[in-house]
Amino acid sequence: MTTLSTGRGPAGKAAGPSLTSVSAGRKVKDRVVQGLVYLAFLLALVPLVSVLWTVVVNGAKRLDPTFFQFSMNAVSGSDKGGGAYHAIIGTLEQVLITSLIAVPIAVLTAIYLVEYAGNGRLGKLISFTVDVMTGIPSIVAGLFVLALWLLTFGFDYSGLAGSLALTILMIPTVVRATEEMLKLVPNDLREASYALGVPRWRTVCFVVLPTAMTGIVTGVMLAVARVMGETAPLLLTIFFTKAINNDPFTGPQASLPTFIWEQAADPSQNSIDRAWTGALVLIGIIMLLNLVARFVARRKAPTGR
Amino acid sequence: MTSETGARTAAAARRHAGGVRMGTGRAGDRIFVSAARGSGIAVLLIMAAIAAFLVWKAIPALQDNKANFLTAEEWNPNATPPRFGIAQLAFGTVVSSLLAMLIATPVGVGIALFISFYSPRRLASGLGYVVDLLAAVPSIVYGLWGLAFLSQHMEGISRFLNSVLGWIPLFGGDSPGKNSIFTASVVLAIMILPIISSISREVFLQVPRANVEAALAIGATRWEMIRMAVLPYGRSGMIGGAMLGLGRAMGETIAVAMVLTFVPGINVHLLENGGATFASNIANSFAEASVTGRGALIASGLVLFVITLLVNMAARAVVARRKEFV
Repeated sequence: MTTLSTGRGPAGKAAGPSLTSVSAGRKVKDRVVQGLVYLAFLLALVPLVSVLWTVVVNGAKRLDPTFFQFSMNAVSGSDKGGGAYHAIIGTLEQVLITSLIAVPIAVLTAIYLVEYAGNGRLGKLISFTVDVMTGIPSIVAGLFVLALWLLTFGFDYSGLAGSLALTILMIPTVVRATEEMLKLVPNDLREASYALGVPRWRTVCFVVLPTAMTGIVTGVMLAVARVMGETAPLLLTIFFTKAINNDPFTGPQASLPTFIWEQAADPSQNSIDRAWTGALVLIGIIMLLNLVARFVARRKAPTGR
Repeated sequence: MTSETGARTAAAARRHAGGVRMGTGRAGDRIFVSAARGSGIAVLLIMAAIAAFLVWKAIPALQDNKANFLTAEEWNPNATPPRFGIAQLAFGTVVSSLLAMLIATPVGVGIALFISFYSPRRLASGLGYVVDLLAAVPSIVYGLWGLAFLSQHMEGISRFLNSVLGWIPLFGGDSPGKNSIFTASVVLAIMILPIISSISREVFLQVPRANVEAALAIGATRWEMIRMAVLPYGRSGMIGGAMLGLGRAMGETIAVAMVLTFVPGINVHLLENGGATFASNIANSFAEASVTGRGALIASGLVLFVITLLVNMAARAVVARRKEFV
């Protein structure tokens, strides 16, 4: 990249006048493009700053202890008070279950792709499927769980159903992140381990995985942050409740995104304030996860050896 | 012992070279391989199951449908007899996401150029992170922001566009509003910016150094260098990134559902209130849907699934083409 910054060099320094002069037209064009490129970046900052600012300003109004201690049970839309306790509990439980299901499947899939599949046909097919899965619209994941879990198997709306939908969205992201990290582990490490007579699975579990661990943790945290904000699949699978439901396996549960959706649909200002505070809490958790993930990634990268 | 180890190392080496043979005959290895392969196959099965169950649950509703599923504009699956069609939804989805792609692609590529070639080198990764933060904001928050903040400001812009460009049908109409497809497209454009810029950045990083330096050595300005060396090389990446953004915009649900006010019927005047997409319709009408209504929503979801699948596969193919040339 250093060479690029010298891009203007030929125009400015040394050489004879015939070589240094860049015609005015070319200079102007260069400057115009530079201006446009700067503008593009600033244009991207506008919505980011605006979103964060609006959420913080509007969300701060109801950021009080009540919000974290009470549910919306017996609180009607136009009432003051009420909180998102039930929604926060729901989101945490759903994301936890999602991670428990998705992470093992995704990490093992990535291990298969990197360590075992080679150039085989199955490996290519799985890799392709993971790519395709990345692009599944989240609402389609919700519809699938609706069609399979609720309509075919006849289960009721529950936090678990929501987790199943989120699992579909989480698997591809974690597979890709893990794959990248496993590929970074130097082959020397594996060969050294084989040379010591360590079986292959122990090599993967105790040499390869620990080396790639920080990267995998980062990937998982980013994936968790991503599914935590998903609303659409939850609308179809956990449904709505205003009461606290600690059991993710039976009955409708709330979650922060659906809480925001529900409150924002109510015309009363008190509800809209609650929606903004919900958004602030959600965005806060997600940004925190993102920051911690970055921090973990920076502290120890697997390429260190 | 030594010979055994040696043999295993040789086997390991062979495996790394050929990559096909696996399993050393040990129980632990066998269990581990089957677990890993099983997970991979589970991913395949999930994908197959998604397609199968959506089709299966959509068929009864489609059989009851008394209107033409592809061409009808109405959506009344709860009525007797049920009548529903996807024409309006398809129109809203395609138009809003194409418009979003048109808005976001130049900006996204510009951001990628800025981070790769214009920004101070030390700041590059930090700035990339800032743009990635746009992707971290959940769609429900974009929806809330779009509804409460952006749409208020879009009204003026829409009126302006309407008065200046009103002679073009797309910008025409009598009453430009704030909850229009145009507003939804702007929200979508913001949401797909990060993916377009990150994929463009990836290909810009792969541009051979020699090409860049050769361009500079013959006295090119920075823009000429970008035009000669970077853009031709990165073209497939930029197109692929734009298409991935298109796929994502098509599937985006909540933000669109919150911004749009539903008005039945196709309206080509994009600045007027109204419009619906596949995804927003599912989110908005699910709570009141009857059995047939759910089936109808699943059927429309199936169409969305197929469209996004095609767009994404095409995008991946375009991005991958570059890899083969390198």
